[in-house]
Amino acid sequence: MLTRLANPARFMRVSGVVLPPLTLAAAAVLAVGLYLALVVAPPDYQQGESVRIMFVHVPAAWMALFAYLVVAAASAVALVWRHPLAEIAAQAAAPLGAAFTFVCLVTGSLWGKPMWGTWWAWDARMTSVLVLFFLYLGYIALVNAFDDMSRGARAGSVLALVGVVNLPIIKFSVDWWNTLHQADSVFRMGGPTIDPSMLWPLLIMGLGYLLLFKTLLLVRMRTALNEAKARALRLAAPRRLGDTPLAEAEPALR
Amino acid sequence: MSDFQHWAQMGGYAAYVWPAYAVAILVLGGIAVQSWRRYRASLRDLDRLQPPLRAR
Repeated sequence: MLTRLANPARFMRVSGVVLPPLTLAAAAVLAVGLYLALVVAPPDYQQGESVRIMFVHVPAAWMALFAYLVVAAASAVALVWRHPLAEIAAQAAAPLGAAFTFVCLVTGSLWGKPMWGTWWAWDARMTSVLVLFFLYLGYIALVNAFDDMSRGARAGSVLALVGVVNLPIIKFSVDWWNTLHQADSVFRMGGPTIDPSMLWPLLIMGLGYLLLFKTLLLVRMRTALNEAKARALRLAAPRRLGDTPLAEAEPALR
Repeated sequence: MSDFQHWAQMGGYAAYVWPAYAVAILVLGGIAVQSWRRYRASLRDLDRLQPPLRAR
């Protein structure tokens, strides 16, 4: 499956077919999820209505980790097999991961203030997620720091792989250290401890976030391939096209 | 107090719940719009580049 899709031309064809239904599914699931989260789900017996922040916060945390796994896995493929589509996938996923991580941090802060009495604490969970956010930013900055795009991509891939050590730290921080942040109540040994009336809206919001991530990943990968093709066309015929001399074309490429 | 007003007050947590949803929608919606615009631009750019080559 992956090896067959790994041809850029085939990727463009398949992703072009998949993109419209995927976009519709993401929009529909997110709409249903928001309705369940804001209207249908009951208030918590301790936290009251503030628990509704969970439905935008927790899936954002899941996607922050998942997107990093995508960046790291694609980086590994890029380093080992030098496949151009893998670098494109990693670079397309990183800004999305950064966005989800940012949402996770801000909504967590907005939830922490009324429940814990503080916007922020330097506990292991929050600090390791903040590190994840900076890893994303560092990756994006590093990839764009080189004139030679392939060198930038390789440096970014190495950083992405080194940063993988942060993922188990985030996941298990709530068990290893005495954190202000609560322990997992969904993906844990022995099953979720959260009531189904809240678990379902949460899982549907999670699916909505996942579909949104996949949609935007495809859009951004297609964009990168289009831009690479435009770059190749400009290099092949800079004079003939007249309006785009090489010196002008270059800054617009990234 | 109407049902809507009651709901909008979020049991006294409106000042936290609504900003959280606003941030989620603005940030994720923002990156969706940015991704889509850049995609449209890349298609337009290719359209501009390809006709002269085809005409060759």
